[in-house]
Amino acid sequence: MSSHTELPELQEQFETPTQQKEASTLGMWIFLVTEVMFFGGLFLAYTIYRRQFAGAFGLASNTLNVVIGAANTAVLICSSFTMVMAVRAAQIGSRKALIVFLILTILFGGVFLGVKAYEWNEKFAEHHVPGPTFHLEGTTAQGPAQLFFSLYFTMTGLHALHMIVGEGLMLFLLWKAYAGKYSPSYYTPVDIGGLYWHFVDIIWIFLFPLLYLIARHQH
Amino acid sequence: MITEAIQERETYLNASYGIKSWLLTKDHKRIGLLYLHTITFFFFLGGIFATLIRLQLLTPKGGLVSADTYAKLFTLHGVIMIFFFLIPSIPATLGNFFLPLMIGAKDLAFPRINLLSWYLLVIGGCFAMYAMLAGGVDTGWTFYVPYSTNYSNTYVIATGLGIFIAGFSSILTGLNFIVTVHRMRAPGMTWFRLPLFVWANYATALIQVLGTPVIAVTLILLIGERSLHIGIFDPARGGDPVLFQHLFWFYSHPAVYIMILPALGIMSELVSVFSKKPVFGYKVVAFSSVAIAVLGFLVWGHHMFVSGQSVYAGLVFSFLSYFVAIPSAIKVFNWTATLHKGSISYATPMLYAFGFIGLFTVGGLTGLFVACLGVDVHVHDTYFVVAHFHYIMVGGTIMAYLGGLHYWWPKISGRMYPEGWAKLSALVIYLGFNLTFFPQFILGYLGMPRRYWNYPDEFQVLHVMSTAGASVLAVGYLMPLIYFMWSLRYGPIAGPNPWGATGLEWRTSSPPPAHNFDVTPIVTTDAYDYAALAAMEEAKVV
Repeated sequence: MSSHTELPELQEQFETPTQQKEASTLGMWIFLVTEVMFFGGLFLAYTIYRRQFAGAFGLASNTLNVVIGAANTAVLICSSFTMVMAVRAAQIGSRKALIVFLILTILFGGVFLGVKAYEWNEKFAEHHVPGPTFHLEGTTAQGPAQLFFSLYFTMTGLHALHMIVGEGLMLFLLWKAYAGKYSPSYYTPVDIGGLYWHFVDIIWIFLFPLLYLIARHQH
Repeated sequence: MITEAIQERETYLNASYGIKSWLLTKDHKRIGLLYLHTITFFFFLGGIFATLIRLQLLTPKGGLVSADTYAKLFTLHGVIMIFFFLIPSIPATLGNFFLPLMIGAKDLAFPRINLLSWYLLVIGGCFAMYAMLAGGVDTGWTFYVPYSTNYSNTYVIATGLGIFIAGFSSILTGLNFIVTVHRMRAPGMTWFRLPLFVWANYATALIQVLGTPVIAVTLILLIGERSLHIGIFDPARGGDPVLFQHLFWFYSHPAVYIMILPALGIMSELVSVFSKKPVFGYKVVAFSSVAIAVLGFLVWGHHMFVSGQSVYAGLVFSFLSYFVAIPSAIKVFNWTATLHKGSISYATPMLYAFGFIGLFTVGGLTGLFVACLGVDVHVHDTYFVVAHFHYIMVGGTIMAYLGGLHYWWPKISGRMYPEGWAKLSALVIYLGFNLTFFPQFILGYLGMPRRYWNYPDEFQVLHVMSTAGASVLAVGYLMPLIYFMWSLRYGPIAGPNPWGATGLEWRTSSPPPAHNFDVTPIVTTDAYDYAALAAMEEAKVV
């Protein structure tokens, strides 16, 4: 028996820390598969309606602020980078670096959510929220244009919800890291928290072009 | 004296006491029992709605309830039975209890998530019951738009939220099972030594994990459409109501396999143990479970033959639906081959298993009728369809569930049930079931549509037969409830392996200790190796 089995983190249903780590990691991957299926329904609806109403979707898409959207994408990619660095810090047992990178990740995530809130607010001011007061300049297809914004709000809304959950996870990791719970022999929560964070980023990497960039070439 | 010895020994039941030790337990066996109580409650709740439906249909003009109330009755019957009884039934109770035992593990991989999944089912159930008490819901369990989003004046959102939350319970159970089977097997327990019940639950878990998120997002869109009119399913904005049906059935057809696959797994266990022979063609039976899970995702369009989908799509879906018959038939033929020249015992679980084979075969063959494009146009939305899916979901799943419950009851409780009463219950349920649902095939073929609260006079004889059968069926279902409770106190003490079965769950005491095995078992033989079991018993005696 290695000394690892005496770690307090080994739950009683497992025989070895390796088994525990592999189980946790596999569990997170399977959870991410369910997330792919969850967002998959939305991407399916988007694909069908965009093909059917290409003109209205293009027009509606061009009203989104591409500069802010691109900047926000960069912010999110930075957060993924700091997340990787946090996992690396946990791996080599640097508690201080782990804490710093987790804080940076939380900050980047917070900036993203703040910018998103600003963008949503703009949409309300421009009457681009589906409903009785909706109006999009330059088209008679007000119905399909609303469909675009319904999908925009549903998809970015559910993405933001996942970001908020991610921020909660990061705060939890920060609290545990601060308490010195992680070491090179046990940092699974940081690892699988990272998997979740990257996944939420990847969703955005698909959302950004599909929502912001589909008709930019027309200008 | 034996009783005293049992009381002294520590089991999962007496390891700790008090309500808190149950509500905060991480033991998969206790969580299995929590599920057992919960789904039994929902089963009888759904049964009350079924009783009222059958009473209403006793006479052509009804008269017991109004048309509006009738719509709520069949909706609540469907919602409760499908989402809160059938889907969790076998995996969450027997699967939860026995999957870790059968692979020689101390617990599932994630015990806390396992407990969370039970709470999610209860919370989801509370939402559904709130909707029920506040005034009900009348859309049918399928929630088709635009009725559910624009016209129904009932509690669609509360019910939808309930199903959404219960869905996460199902996802977490599936996730837990997949990780457990991959990572928690005892030394020597290779994939092809796994009992077929484990294979079946693994295949089921794949569907739970891949399908349930789709119904979750569909329900979010439905709730969004109803509350905020987002337009996704609204033709006035270019949305498509048929998209809802596609998304709904993408989950809800595979959901049928969530209900039946674990039942097929129990069948393989029962047929082998009670004929004392290894399952014929073990690998083929194992892979047929996976094949059903995969094919189940490719056939959802057969619910939409008359929804305006293209004829070509209809042809492809019809063809693929026929394909599902192949792995299903493989199982039935292989069980039959297992029985051949076996040393067959007619114990209660085996009687349920025989009942299952009969009912599942009728349900499966009539499935071919409704999978056929031309025939389906005639019988679509009639009692023929109602009878078909009840043969699968009630005749199939519940027969196997009760068979499994009898089979594993000595392990769960440490006591035997009364054999005579149990055999009688199997017989009563089989006869009552056929009397209830066989007339419905004829009714449907003659043109009686489903979901109608009254009917022309000439259908009355068949409806009276069906209602009479339902009364018999109700008695059959109440019998196990009573004698199982009786057996907890008065049943004869069961030994560790009363059936002479090969599974690892029978190598530990009855009821098992909290940590399942005193020594982690090492597996050296295939599943269902009765010769090796006999040799081992002999070695013990010597």
